[in-house]
Amino acid sequence: MSSAAPDSPRPAAASSPAAGGRRRWFASRAAAPGQVYGAPGQGKSTTISVATTIVLFALWFLITNMGWIKPLFLPTPQAVWDKFILAATEGVANSTLLEHTTTSLMRVFGAFLLSCVTAIPIGILMGTNRVMRGVFDPPIEFYRPLPPLAYLPLMIIWFGIGELSKILLIFLAVFAPMAISARAGVRSVGIEQIHAAYTMGASKFQIISRVILPAATPEILTGMRIGIGFGWTTLVAAEMIAANRGLGFMVLNAAQYLQSDTVIMGIVVIGLFAFGFDLLMRRVERVLVPWKGKV
Amino acid sequence: MGAPSEALSIDGVSVLFPGRRAGEQVQALDNINLTINPGDFVVALGASGCGKTTLLNLMAGFLSPSRGVLRLGQRTITGPGPDRGVVFQKHALLPWLNVIRNTEFGLSLQGVDSRKRQEIAAHNLALVGLQDFHQHMIYELSGGMQQRVGIARALTCNPATLLMDEPMAALDALTRETIQELLLDVWQKTGKMVFFITHSVEEALFLATRVIVMSPRPGRITNAYEVDFNRRFLECRDARKVKSSADFIRMRETVLGIIYGDERGEGPGVETAHV
Repeated sequence: MSSAAPDSPRPAAASSPAAGGRRRWFASRAAAPGQVYGAPGQGKSTTISVATTIVLFALWFLITNMGWIKPLFLPTPQAVWDKFILAATEGVANSTLLEHTTTSLMRVFGAFLLSCVTAIPIGILMGTNRVMRGVFDPPIEFYRPLPPLAYLPLMIIWFGIGELSKILLIFLAVFAPMAISARAGVRSVGIEQIHAAYTMGASKFQIISRVILPAATPEILTGMRIGIGFGWTTLVAAEMIAANRGLGFMVLNAAQYLQSDTVIMGIVVIGLFAFGFDLLMRRVERVLVPWKGKV
Repeated sequence: MGAPSEALSIDGVSVLFPGRRAGEQVQALDNINLTINPGDFVVALGASGCGKTTLLNLMAGFLSPSRGVLRLGQRTITGPGPDRGVVFQKHALLPWLNVIRNTEFGLSLQGVDSRKRQEIAAHNLALVGLQDFHQHMIYELSGGMQQRVGIARALTCNPATLLMDEPMAALDALTRETIQELLLDVWQKTGKMVFFITHSVEEALFLATRVIVMSPRPGRITNAYEVDFNRRFLECRDARKVKSSADFIRMRETVLGIIYGDERGEGPGVETAHV
């Protein structure tokens, strides 16, 4: 019954061992100097993240090398690394890894750039103009939740099996979150800031270009990060369309021959590029909008 | 830009807002008549909801009257413009610009070349005591300093009038007193007419050449007092002495009596003001 930890000063902790354990985990501790008392989840988590990665990797290494799981289900890290070297030098699926990667990057970033020059202005227009909001809101809200695989056949029928349909499919996935973020960004400008600019003789155009656009920049950048994320998730779907090169194609092709090592290698490469670009965008955010969240 | 000799006049202005139910109307302001002459420092006092901010929004041009007309000099006010500078309750500065760029923002909108606008902005920042903070970002400043940038910015387009909507409400008591004194200095040096909203009777009496007391439902001006405590301060430079003088305290009690009487629902005082 009284299995509570001996160091627990509160008699209530003795009521149940489970409650005692929970109490310790979430217990209020005295704040160290320079820390805020009671702020949830404060402190750095980088070390823990690195440790988690190492543990997961070690588990993977252990399980596969001890032969506890068949290579078809999970190949060893060495096999994946060997595949990476093979793909980088001789190539898999008729192309080298570099060729696969550049092809996919062209598609994803092509769609991303196309989206930047269309979705951001349209989002700003939707935020600042009643008619534009009325025009663009129904189509965007309608197609946004659809899975890209659902309209993939239409893209092929309409735009053929070349690069255009692939880039358009990714573009559609990137477009909606970017437009919606830009539109939401317009809402983040204070009406007093707009009024202030008007009292200094601003024109409607200046209000948009000198007040609304800068104020919306943090959310536009967030939209770009979310958008490119959707772009990466749509890459494999896009490369289902009669592709003969690309990371998504490489993965799909390997899946048909049950080459799990190539599949995992492809996933890791895609993941690293996506993560790397996100880190870059976070840096851009710090440089462009140092005032974010401070006002 | 308004010549300094123009008065701001409000003639028979009423404002009706649509009410909660269809067809219902709320009278926010009822038949307001007020003239602010060059050099005037008019402070509006009153309980929440008495239409002070509505009145300021009309002067700024953010709102059109349902009846009546507002003029600056001979021109009818139909929208906001650089002849009326506004200082907001929350500073409303642009956080992506530093102090000097915020201050010169209005001039850059009007295409004034950068040497000239920096000169003017620097002059106005010096006027509010921020000459050493040109390169600071807005979020690096204290609330009082942000509000001082707001004042400098409002002065930059050389407006005929400064409209201030509770600019000190968010400041602590000490900062508030400093900025009150600073504002009187700016007022004396620039000769702008000022329309200023506050909840603090003491602040109103200290700053104003004329205090107008408003009452709610519908918003009306019920009393007006000509006072000269600000000139007394500018002569003796001792705010405590002015605020603790017998006249000041008597005046404060009178005005407080009117406002509290109002809030207890006894209706406005009978001596309707001639303003």
